[in-house]
Amino acid sequence: MSASNGKELVEMSWDPITRIVGSLGIYTKIDFDDRRVVECHSTSSIFRGYSIFMKGKDPRDAHFITSRICGICGDNHATCANYAQNMAFGVKPPAMAEWIVNLGEAAEYMFDHNLFQDNLVGVDYCEKMVRETNPGVWELAERTAAKGAELHGFRTIAEIMRSLNPFEGSFYKEALHMSRVAREMFCLMEGRHVHPSTLYPGGVGTVPTHQLFTDYTVRLMRYVEFMKRVVPLHDDLFDFFYEALPGYEDVGRRRILLGCWGAFQDPSACDFRYENMSHFGRKMFVTPGIVVDGELLTTDLVEINLGMRILLGSSFYDDWLGGEQFVKTDPLGNRVDPRHPWNQTTTPRPQKRDFKDKYTWVMAPRWYDERSGEHLALDSGGGALARCWVTALAGLVDIGYVKATGHSLKIYLPKTASLPETELEWHIPRFSNALERNRARSYFQAYSAAAALYFCERARDELYAGRTATWHDFKVPDEGVGCGFHEAVRGMLSHHLVIRGGKIANYHPYPPTPWNASPRDSFGTPGPYEDAVQNMPLFEENGREQFKGVDIMRTVRSFDPCLPCGVHMYLGGGKELLVQHAPRFGAHK
Amino acid sequence: MGHELRVPHGRASQREPAIPEINVLWITQGLGCDGDTIAVTAATQPSLEDIVLGAIPGLPKVNLYHPVLAYEQGGEDFLTAFRKAIRGELDPYLVVVEGSIPNEKIKTEGYFAAFGQGDDGQPITTCQWIDDLLPRTWAMVAIGTCAAYGGIHAMAGNPTGAMGLRDYLGRDWKSQAGIPIVNMPGCPVQPDNFMETLLYLLYQLAGRAPMIPLDAEGRPEWLFNATVHEGCDRGGYYEQADFAEDYGSPKCIVKLGCWGPVVQCNVGKRGAMAGIGGCPNVGGICIGCTMPGFPDKFMPFMNEPPGAIMSSSAVGMYGRTVRALRSFTRTSLNREPDWRAPGPQLTSGYTPSTYGDRGPR
Repeated sequence: MSASNGKELVEMSWDPITRIVGSLGIYTKIDFDDRRVVECHSTSSIFRGYSIFMKGKDPRDAHFITSRICGICGDNHATCANYAQNMAFGVKPPAMAEWIVNLGEAAEYMFDHNLFQDNLVGVDYCEKMVRETNPGVWELAERTAAKGAELHGFRTIAEIMRSLNPFEGSFYKEALHMSRVAREMFCLMEGRHVHPSTLYPGGVGTVPTHQLFTDYTVRLMRYVEFMKRVVPLHDDLFDFFYEALPGYEDVGRRRILLGCWGAFQDPSACDFRYENMSHFGRKMFVTPGIVVDGELLTTDLVEINLGMRILLGSSFYDDWLGGEQFVKTDPLGNRVDPRHPWNQTTTPRPQKRDFKDKYTWVMAPRWYDERSGEHLALDSGGGALARCWVTALAGLVDIGYVKATGHSLKIYLPKTASLPETELEWHIPRFSNALERNRARSYFQAYSAAAALYFCERARDELYAGRTATWHDFKVPDEGVGCGFHEAVRGMLSHHLVIRGGKIANYHPYPPTPWNASPRDSFGTPGPYEDAVQNMPLFEENGREQFKGVDIMRTVRSFDPCLPCGVHMYLGGGKELLVQHAPRFGAHK
Repeated sequence: MGHELRVPHGRASQREPAIPEINVLWITQGLGCDGDTIAVTAATQPSLEDIVLGAIPGLPKVNLYHPVLAYEQGGEDFLTAFRKAIRGELDPYLVVVEGSIPNEKIKTEGYFAAFGQGDDGQPITTCQWIDDLLPRTWAMVAIGTCAAYGGIHAMAGNPTGAMGLRDYLGRDWKSQAGIPIVNMPGCPVQPDNFMETLLYLLYQLAGRAPMIPLDAEGRPEWLFNATVHEGCDRGGYYEQADFAEDYGSPKCIVKLGCWGPVVQCNVGKRGAMAGIGGCPNVGGICIGCTMPGFPDKFMPFMNEPPGAIMSSSAVGMYGRTVRALRSFTRTSLNREPDWRAPGPQLTSGYTPSTYGDRGPR
């Protein structure tokens, strides 16, 4: 076991990974002497082929079809498709429709982050798990007072952990209940969860009435009160891990490479014209942008759009270069790269999985940075982290309820039934790591709730002024292009549409999971899951035989994997998995 | 006192289930989106917790093996139950399949849907898991339209040969217990529809309910007998031939692409969840997502269904006539009787003799 060659590496894999949406496998090589992950491959074993079967279909069907990409954030897809359709059809929905969609999408963030955080991720931090993986940490948790006890009611960190035990913990059950309340709010606006019924290009079918907004508001205020307890609870829990396990900031840590494509349109600015996209993007109530090493590179959706590149890398597809280029220039006359989604052609080539070559159905989206010439493997930070980071840095949002300060986000929650008014403040963290992805998820739930209060007020303004139309007619053009930029719950989402002969000629959705779960690309750059897991330290007290891989799982889950959207990761580690004593040095590529 | 030993009188009312325990193995790795799983976490009648924690009397204990809700981290820890079931060490068990079944035979290698790793280091296909679990299963439940009939991923032009479970197993397939595939269509499934069907199966397993009544398409009869239209609160507009021309109108949206009059589904009546939301009842055209013909036979979704053109014009004259008559009647009903007025005279028909003399009238 000398340091350089002759290290004993153990192959461990987790396939499938539980407590995420979809089917993901993570395969690792672990150095147990050094307590470090040496190599990680993420693999997806499901292929459905949306961009193939959408060809030739009516472009008006795009949002109904693409909603089915994802069973937890399908409405994000439907909304994003509507944005692309509106652009291609040249239609601007009435303001009321945009407020209704914003209210629906806000409810989606509230529901989805809530369910994922406290019913799926939370289990990794629950009593049962911590006792099994880190008895020392559990002991400390029992002795550590919770700072926010007065707010959330749990006196010690151990009590918080106990409340997260699956199906039985009190907070686990309460969170599940609140996720239902938030889904009721969603159904009020978008008809049906998770594949909405009332969204259309040109607007919505929802009937705006005083009753509609009342039904939404009373539920929202219950959620607002819930947030006043949840955010301090999660702050206590995640801060505790930094204290209990010095060095935990390196778990899931990677270079700060965050992308956010913006959410919540402002109807006073948004006309869905590509030529106006830079402007209306900056008016969104979650700012689009890219942060590299802490610096905000851009907030311009046109620049973001043009920088997108789809690399095949280690995925099971044939290259399309030399094939048809659908869009040579964008509506502003800018050159569009052949590797841009508008120009992509999907040709699946099923084959054996080979971690040295092709091993996944997930492609590798990258963002080309002209300044450095790098193809950046951006991640979404599980969605919330990138949204908070970009919005805070950009400092463009100020709606009273939410204010981006340039270094933080202020989130105002008015008085509720049993708690006074509260202003939360999220600060840009030092690291892009597992704990900060999780923490941001809590704060963004509060952000969504606060923003929803603002949207409700604007919707009521429209209602009481008698502007109740929710839909505008349109014609499907014979030829056209469109693109939609939005935030799926777990991160950046884009839809690219090309119409020819009145039919879909090309359609490529890029949800967050292809970004986060992408494999090694054609340049050999690993995808974000792989990157975040590779070389990470392990803090689990169990040895190899009992190893659960909790630190690795916390890392992967912090990204909020959603494989129907396109990722499969393989994490190594189950007991019966093939265990290889590999005297190979440099097992990684 | 022996207080703690006393058997409650009423315990005699309780019956042990015929089968004490059932393992529910849930496969989400068809070609799907996990949307049915997520939908089921919204159910409250009953909720998943109600079933898992034993909140309803007389049922077998339920052990749920579900990838999204499992405590285990994944891999073999999670797959242990599936492997045991195949080896015959987990009887009785019930399999829930989510997502459509790809045709893995149309290519020479690779896979379209898989989970777990086989001895050869390659992924184990979902089809293989289903094949292996099939012989011993007490019942197969196809949750969502994808698993039931193929759904979105089986639309024209699909590259995977996707199909429903019954296409894969054959329409006549029955479990050893004699139960055909139980189809729970919906895209996604209505949460309580699924949970109450699971509850029915648990009652059946407990020996407290007869064979689950399924229609010819494998759907629970009591849930799918009626059409959307028959339960739609906008049906009255249809009857009066009062059709919306724009989305966002509260009227009947059949001319905007709603297939409710012919689609078997209770979402319009029951709501999307907790009685809230739905489809045509809240302004969303019914795109037929519960039906075996979904999606192809309903596309393009935003066109008026061909059949609706004829039937909606057939109701035209009748509808306009009754609407006019009702409008007339309604105007009258909106007027109070004319004796409700202030003033010195009572005109209600009562002649008072004890109110005193107010002088000549």
